[in-house]
Amino acid sequence: MSEMNNEVITVMKLRTIGRHVRESFKSIWRNGWMTFASVGAVTVTLLLVGVFYVILMNLNEVANSIEEDVTIKVLIDTTATPEQQKALETELKSMPEIKSVVFSSKDNELNQLVDSFGQQGEILKLYEQENPLNDAFLVKAAEPETTKQVAKKIEKLESVHLVNYGQNDVDKLFKIISISRNVGLVIIIGLLLTAVFLISNTIKITIVARRREIEIMRLVGATNGFIRWPFFLEGLWLGIFGSIIPITIIAILYKNIYGYLAPKLEGNFIQILEFTPFVYQVSLLLLLMGCIIGVWGSMMSVRKFLKV
Amino acid sequence: MIVMENVYKKYPNGVVAANGIDVAIEQGEFVYVVGASGAGKSTFIKMMYREEKPTSGKIIVNGIDIAKLKSSKVPLFRRSIGVVFQDFKLLPSLTVYENVAFALEVIEESPRIIKKRVMEVLELVNLKHKTRMLPSELSGGEQQRVSIARSIVNSPSIVIADEPTGNLDPDTSWEIMKTFEQINSHGTTIVMATHNKDIVNTKKHRVIAIDGGMIVRDEQRGDYGYEA
Ligand SMILES: Nc1ncnc2c1ncn2[C@@H]1O[C@H](COP(=O)(O)OP(=O)(O)OP(=O)(O)O)[C@@H](O)[C@H]1O
Ligand SMILES: [Mg+2]
Repeated sequence: MSEMNNEVITVMKLRTIGRHVRESFKSIWRNGWMTFASVGAVTVTLLLVGVFYVILMNLNEVANSIEEDVTIKVLIDTTATPEQQKALETELKSMPEIKSVVFSSKDNELNQLVDSFGQQGEILKLYEQENPLNDAFLVKAAEPETTKQVAKKIEKLESVHLVNYGQNDVDKLFKIISISRNVGLVIIIGLLLTAVFLISNTIKITIVARRREIEIMRLVGATNGFIRWPFFLEGLWLGIFGSIIPITIIAILYKNIYGYLAPKLEGNFIQILEFTPFVYQVSLLLLLMGCIIGVWGSMMSVRKFLKV
Repeated sequence: MIVMENVYKKYPNGVVAANGIDVAIEQGEFVYVVGASGAGKSTFIKMMYREEKPTSGKIIVNGIDIAKLKSSKVPLFRRSIGVVFQDFKLLPSLTVYENVAFALEVIEESPRIIKKRVMEVLELVNLKHKTRMLPSELSGGEQQRVSIARSIVNSPSIVIADEPTGNLDPDTSWEIMKTFEQINSHGTTIVMATHNKDIVNTKKHRVIAIDGGMIVRDEQRGDYGYEA
């Protein structure tokens, strides 16, 4: 019996790998239309996955770049003495969660307000003599996601009148992203299952076409692993072939989109993802998904029709 | 050496096809298994190469209790046994040579050994001149000889045949019988289920008669024994 054990453990020979690869390609060729349908299903699925992924990742990047720009406005108490103001500035600058602190006088604030209203803003100029606004510190959090907590913390400090930050727009954008992600996920899972189903059917056809061969292999003592390998490989190839077109299309598409948008966004705080390494990441993701779909589909059939 | 001790086999549908079988077959014996249709001959034979598992009892083949053998160990066990069927089970798209080589390729034998062994066994079954032909270009007897060549190419110690002459005319059956006797003369055990009365009564060997899943007769140099 120990002799048997040793034989099972021996590494697969190169010749054997060659045989399995040959057999798997023979089946791919022989299955004709079913091969075509399976590869087509994987192609459609991965194309949609790729497009969704590219859009979502970029929306995310845009949201992050906007969020990055979110500023906390710390209004200083009008009653604060210059010393107290100085103390507040020192305190803000000493907080590790804060990246930058910039002073903005109430005149400056008023000018900005006037500007933001355009023509109608002229009327606000009446306040120039009796400016009702506060001096302010413009604060940026080191981590944009912590803006809210940092704002809460600043609120409790002395000489602080009020704390403002424009989180609402960013929150809205993130909500849109999360909804489209969920919708996309449902569609993608549906397509994924279709592709897996088609592949498992193709492999089933191969198994049925080869049942005499399989029967003889069993009879003469081929191991289960040996019998299964060609079917795994066939599924794997179907998945890999299915990922070629989506990877190509998405790379070309993104190159063009990036080439068009990037110059327009130059100097703007809104950003989209750079062509490299993003396109490599997407390609790898699609290739990996193709492999998983293929192997999964073939595993379903192998398990069902190659009972040992 | 094949030993069965108190072997029962009940199929899922409730049919009891082996009902307390005790038997010992020595290495190098030639054994006919006879009995009416449905008596349990095929079941008896299938349990020897672990195609069917007994419901209870012991089956020891070459020192291994194959009733208890884990399914992952079955492939390696099968390599010590050759099996021949009534319908040959050849692969139609492979040549004679390829059909025989197939049995060694799928157990990852080296090409050098495959070439040598395949030519040896094809010579033994007298088909050395037809290695490039497809099964469809051969007579029934020739096809059966290819399948016998395949069953012995891995030098098994036991060859099990289930009605190997069932599809063949009398003359061809005698040819096949000669081939089996030749294999047996090299020390290989042969267990053959058969309905061929002439052969059993002429080429005398041990006869095990089965009826209702039980061994009802077991004689050295026995007769077929009843009218089929
Ligand atoms: N896989 C199976 N499932 C259920 N019942 C079976 C199965 N195989 C055989 N049987 C039953 O077991 C009994 C013995 O069958 P077996 O094939 O061993 O007979 P046999 O002696 O080989 O007959 P034959 O001479 O016709 O080949 C029969 O009643 C048969 O119907
Ligand atoms: Mg039978």
